[in-house]
Amino acid sequence: MNQQDADLNVRIGPLQLRNPVLTASGTFGYGKEYADLVDPNLLGGMVVKGVSLKPRPGNSPPRIVETPAGMLNAIGLENIGVEAFLQEKLPWLKTLDTAVIVNIYGHSRAEYGAVAAQLKGAEGVAALEINISCPNVKMGGMVFGTDPAASARVTETVLKNTDKPVVVKLTPNVTDICAVARAVEQAGAHAVSLINTLTGMAIDTETKRPRLGNISGGLSGPAIRPVALYMVHRVVRAVRIPVIGIGGIMDTKDALEFLIAGAGAVQVGTANFVNPRASLDIIAGLRQYCIDHDIQRIEDLIGTLKT
Amino acid sequence: MVVFEHKAEVVRNEEVAPNTFLIELEAPSIASAAKPGQFVMLRVADKIDPLLRRPFSICSINDGAGLVLLYRVVGRGTRIMADTRAGSYLSVMGPLGRGFEAPAAGEECLLAAGGMGIAPLVFLARSLKKTRVTLMTGYGTAAEIVSPAQLGMQDFAVAVATEDGSAGYHGLVTALLEDDLAGTGRKIVYSCGPAAMLGKVASLCLERGVECQVSLETVMACGVGACQGCAVPAAAESGRSSFHVCQDGPVFSAVSIDWEHL
Repeated sequence: MNQQDADLNVRIGPLQLRNPVLTASGTFGYGKEYADLVDPNLLGGMVVKGVSLKPRPGNSPPRIVETPAGMLNAIGLENIGVEAFLQEKLPWLKTLDTAVIVNIYGHSRAEYGAVAAQLKGAEGVAALEINISCPNVKMGGMVFGTDPAASARVTETVLKNTDKPVVVKLTPNVTDICAVARAVEQAGAHAVSLINTLTGMAIDTETKRPRLGNISGGLSGPAIRPVALYMVHRVVRAVRIPVIGIGGIMDTKDALEFLIAGAGAVQVGTANFVNPRASLDIIAGLRQYCIDHDIQRIEDLIGTLKT
Repeated sequence: MVVFEHKAEVVRNEEVAPNTFLIELEAPSIASAAKPGQFVMLRVADKIDPLLRRPFSICSINDGAGLVLLYRVVGRGTRIMADTRAGSYLSVMGPLGRGFEAPAAGEECLLAAGGMGIAPLVFLARSLKKTRVTLMTGYGTAAEIVSPAQLGMQDFAVAVATEDGSAGYHGLVTALLEDDLAGTGRKIVYSCGPAAMLGKVASLCLERGVECQVSLETVMACGVGACQGCAVPAAAESGRSSFHVCQDGPVFSAVSIDWEHL
């Protein structure tokens, strides 16, 4: 079998992706930031930085601290707002031949709906990812994502206001992530993506102050991968809609773990900071794995976990 | 501006003062594109721990191909760097950020450095005519001093201040700057160092109506404007709530920063 024979196409509900590797929201900007190093057209897709109805200034610094094999961030969803996104970012994004998924965020259910409505019909937007899992904002975000009923209502509201497929990004900061996954599935979500960051903190022992301006932040990176993988494993068994795996994926082997566990696609996040070409390396690695293991379609690999 | 990322060979990595090193990487694409004040993101080891790249201002360019960085061992990442041997390879990404803006014709350039803040100022000084430049360097104590010759600055006017008085002027580098600002003639100040020092430099310049450009240092994850982790508070008149050091800086006009909240 030659190189061209490995078919990396995957379907995430109504969404057709040329390969199962996307860049995660908040870690790849709007794609242009990395364009010198990464051709976005080679990616399965790109989930762009979360946008809200109005611009948000974000949290007070420091916003980032490195932790063992990971990092805490408390950016606070700094973003330019949906209007500026449409005017300044989308014109370039829609020239790309890749699935651009817009991560959306609101302070209230109505705001989630309003952001979705503004993106309705927007050419170049392949899908929406609802962020009900940001740990770094006081209102909205995780407040919704930790409550199955509230998660479902936000999902319904967004679905009412959009013509795009809807992915719901779930928080791991819950007792039972499957309950939230099932609730948003019932509400009509086309897919779920998980996990967002795990809430954490770090303290400077000299100043006795928190090392983040926001006190707490979201932990990401390889440190969280086993937690993420197990949650994906569980959610895959709890819902019928596709699951997108996220959490500390650095290389091909990491991505394969999630696919074997049943994720229909993966998002690469923190790894972009370390190796901007991580996603491209993973795509090449998946192709090689398929060739080496005589797998003609990568979809045949998904969910092949033996237990 | 094009950004490159590749593995670069370590040409030398030498201790120039206790716990202070100059590392040179063979990175011709980055070196030839770099402007004074720009920085690179260095991966100190091909490992997941420590995870993130570290930002370093470019200290100088050697023969158009060698990227020279100055660092002090302050944590795990720089400790690993210090143990790196010539001949090994490190991933480097750059050149990144906005550098210094050139002085206007006839302006006398006063460069004020605190500690490792000397790095970008060396690159700047060496891009200017040496007769126009006065470099003032501040250190805690004499042992920390990196000699001007080791930085390729032997032909420049370099003044030293130490906080404990063990070498040069006894006091802060900002006192040297204050003296130099007193003279006549059009001046421009370029500065890099700890935040408190830069705040003082900024206020000295603002009081005298002297243009001042500062290079800021923050923690950073991406270096290219993707993560928004390197925010610093912007002055009210800038029309922004914050700047991102990696993209809007690291060099800023002193008037655009909210020094009180930095």
